[in-house]
Amino acid sequence: MSKHRTEIQWLDTQQHVPLSTLAELSGLSAEELRLLTDYGVLECSAPGSMDPQYRAECVTVARMAFRLRHDLDLGLEGLALVVDLLQRMRRLEAELGDLRARFPGGFLSG
Amino acid sequence: MRYTDYYEVLGVKRDATEAQIKAAYRKLAHKYHPDVSKEKGAEQKFKEVAEAYQTLKDPEKRAAYDQLGQKKPGEEFRPPPDWQQRYGEQGFSFEDLDLGDLFSGLWGQGGARAGARRNSAMRGEDFEVPASITLEQAYQGTDLKLELSMPEYDAQGVPRRVPVSFTAHIPKGAVDGQRMRLPGKGGKGINGGPNGDLYLNISLKPHPIYRTTGHDLYLDLPIAPWEAVLGASVEVPTLAGTVRLKVPAGSQAGQKLRLPRRGLPKPHSGEGDLYAILQIVAPPHPSEQETALFKQLAETSSFDPRRRFARETS
Repeated sequence: MSKHRTEIQWLDTQQHVPLSTLAELSGLSAEELRLLTDYGVLECSAPGSMDPQYRAECVTVARMAFRLRHDLDLGLEGLALVVDLLQRMRRLEAELGDLRARFPGGFLSG
Repeated sequence: MRYTDYYEVLGVKRDATEAQIKAAYRKLAHKYHPDVSKEKGAEQKFKEVAEAYQTLKDPEKRAAYDQLGQKKPGEEFRPPPDWQQRYGEQGFSFEDLDLGDLFSGLWGQGGARAGARRNSAMRGEDFEVPASITLEQAYQGTDLKLELSMPEYDAQGVPRRVPVSFTAHIPKGAVDGQRMRLPGKGGKGINGGPNGDLYLNISLKPHPIYRTTGHDLYLDLPIAPWEAVLGASVEVPTLAGTVRLKVPAGSQAGQKLRLPRRGLPKPHSGEGDLYAILQIVAPPHPSEQETALFKQLAETSSFDPRRRFARETS
């Protein structure tokens, strides 16, 4: 059993990764990532450039897209729709969590 | 080796056609895919379904699997003698091997994959694991001991699960839902290929006092009716220790009082805020004197908290 201590990279809105790194980390091709960007599922700075920059939180979204594409055998258009809806659902869940936190005494809690 | 009934997992008969197997997989994958499903145990169920499908969709793997005959799920069995010959190694041990790992490692496409494993560099697998930490650990940062089971490939290209243990330092400021990447801490690379990565999905354990939204914290601050009317200086617990908070005279229930920079630290700079939500609490067991004083107040006061009702309904 090997034991060692390691540091961590944040996947948040502050850090950025280039398209090439996003492709390497997610398993999706650069072309697939560009198409998902065109569909509005991923956001990048300077979309027309050779290697646009993505917020590091996109790594999580792109990895999920890869899993869904691979496991459910989805085409890119269907994939874009599914990922978009899942993202929307997660934002709504986060907003609901925020609302629950802001109201006293467990009001709204499920 | 333990037997898994792949037909039972997919809910199909043993003579099911490829199309029926694919349809069963799709239905179950939609139901249990961990990125889609909220069902408890969905991830494990999806793994079982995917493992069954990977074997049954491939005619060569399915034929090899069918050779085992039907057994009870979980029943121990010894692989047929020709499986030993297939691996070409005298003394090859099937002990501690997982049936799914065995099929994914060598059978069917195994020849090519095993060849690739022997000859060319391959990147190790990525893994995603949940990591649940307390609010105090998120506030201070913490060393999290991770104990995982990861596949390592032997010279024949057969994966075997080995325990891996290491400590990951989670810096202060992680929030619920935070994702983190540990480069190179996933599965081992093959033939000099790079190691895979490990991804942590952070969740915060529920706290008895605080609720979180991002880096901000909320707590319910109970105050007595006279503290709301007269104002007060009250003690409030924060993650850095107790502080005194001035409750203004004339405060109302539900009012939020902000304690700047008393929330969770942000990863790159700054801190969230702490909000105290006032709750006016009446004494549950008032003494005789308290009751007398409240009666006196009731007789004296002209305050009507329900005045709006009369106005709105008249």
